[in-house]
Amino acid sequence: MDELLKLLKNNAKESSETLAKMLGGTVEEVQQRIDEYERGGIIQGYQAVINEDKLDGAPVTAAIEVKLTAEHAGGFNRIAERVSRFPEVRSAFLMSGGYDLLLFVHGDTLHEVASFVSEKLSTLDGVVGTATHFMLKTYKKNDVLMHVEDETERPKVSP
Amino acid sequence: MLKMKPNAPKSLHSRIAPHVRDIPPSGIREFFDIVSTRDDIISLGVGEPDFATPWHIREAAITALEQGVTSYTSNYGMLSLRREIAKYVARRTGVDYNPENEVLITVGVSEAMDLAVRALVSPGDEVIYHEPSYVSYGPLVTFAHGKPVVVETKKEDEFRLTRKALEKKVSKRTRLLLLNFPTNPTGAVLRREDVEDIAAFVIEHDLIVITDEIYSELSYDAEHFSIVSVPGMRERTIYLHGFSKAWAMTGFRMGFACAPPELTEAMMKIHQYTMLCAPILSQVASIEALKKPEEDIAEMHASYEQRRNVMHSAFVEMGVECFRPGGAFYMFPYIGNFGLTSKEFAERLIEEESVAAVPGTGFGPCGEGFLRCCYATALDEIEEAMTRFARFIGRL
Ligand SMILES: Cc1ncc(COP(=O)(O)O)c(C=O)c1O
Repeated sequence: MDELLKLLKNNAKESSETLAKMLGGTVEEVQQRIDEYERGGIIQGYQAVINEDKLDGAPVTAAIEVKLTAEHAGGFNRIAERVSRFPEVRSAFLMSGGYDLLLFVHGDTLHEVASFVSEKLSTLDGVVGTATHFMLKTYKKNDVLMHVEDETERPKVSP
Repeated sequence: MLKMKPNAPKSLHSRIAPHVRDIPPSGIREFFDIVSTRDDIISLGVGEPDFATPWHIREAAITALEQGVTSYTSNYGMLSLRREIAKYVARRTGVDYNPENEVLITVGVSEAMDLAVRALVSPGDEVIYHEPSYVSYGPLVTFAHGKPVVVETKKEDEFRLTRKALEKKVSKRTRLLLLNFPTNPTGAVLRREDVEDIAAFVIEHDLIVITDEIYSELSYDAEHFSIVSVPGMRERTIYLHGFSKAWAMTGFRMGFACAPPELTEAMMKIHQYTMLCAPILSQVASIEALKKPEEDIAEMHASYEQRRNVMHSAFVEMGVECFRPGGAFYMFPYIGNFGLTSKEFAERLIEEESVAAVPGTGFGPCGEGFLRCCYATALDEIEEAMTRFARFIGRL
């Protein structure tokens, strides 16, 4: 991955000024490259990495395996894109192996997620089976460890 | 109650060997004591990476511990590690060492340097090294009853060591030249032609070189060129390197020396009686560290380089004269024009802005007028420290 993308992936809030200094270019160059990434759809957005376990009333999240029947026209894409449109679905991936789609679905309560599965997802034409796994705790998300490591013994001054 | 035994010596201080007693305590130690009283500071005072050791290396150590790998090793160190080191050094320098008798595993470059100096220095021998320098060189020579001879490097020369400066200090009693490029604390690097000049000087005066290349992977603007790669130098060089810096393994305490068999054997003799061997777990971890070093180092290298650029631009913007270092992870700005000594400047910077940087005098008297600022520190802390630094000098 290009160094600029790596830096933004690590911290999307890094200013163009600092990025230019780090990479040894001008602010205009950096801004232009970011614009290109955005226009080209390589950068799709900028979001905070939130440890939801720490929120009051943390949402319930489930990983859902979905089996599909392959359709004649458009393969899995049409149904997968349709499923992705539900606001309850946070992420959706086409998978190899024992099932076809992996969804990350969230709701305010267990019940909400359960009714999404039984009423919306499994009633869709083309969905032949689902398996729902509720997530209990997040240890790492988007490369970020959710638990803070203890201060180490690294001395403040050393030779 | 503790009572002095009637036959206890009066003054233990007088019993300490003079050549040990007379060495002043390290300036860094003194500064450490000041900083330790404060817990709110941003520290640019460290001398080690801010990364944890790459996970696959830690995992290798964990696995070895689980398997009960807890014994001594050969005095030279594990042969499998020495083989990997010989391959790595050959790749980096083009010089082949025989892992059987030309590679010695040590407890850090710290021990390797001590062994090399003790193996080669007889009382009264002169040892040339360049200052500002890493803190241990002068004292190690003194512990070995040698005479440290300092060549000062200058900001005008970007802290490079020149043949001209060396010629002024060489004498009939000079036996050794210690080199450390990239340099702690200045970040200086040598160009190939500088290295070749120094090699010619060494051969002409029939010296032996001990070269501490612990920062060699952390060179940013040009490929590192080792003096051992110059034809005719392998025969008169002790090449020291280790895993502390480039692999972020300071706590593993792993270093090594490569040298012709007679010299390696002499160092091993001291090592076998004082240290026996380097810790086996660290040796196992180091074997893993040599599996994909380029990959492990690349990411940290990029990050240091970026932070160097940020810190250097900040000093330039605030009008502080600062040479752009080519290696290691230190910057050595000149602050001698603010009417304070390095020590006063550093103490007030802590006092007034809670930023710690090490006074240049911790690395030799010619470090007066400079500060060592380490950029192996989180980027946001570097930026905040630079804002405070600018505010501080604005008040001077
Ligand atoms: C130039 C230099 N040599 C040697 C050392 C000691 O390294 P080690 O951890 O291998 O003993 C250091 C550590 O700061 C250093 O800066």
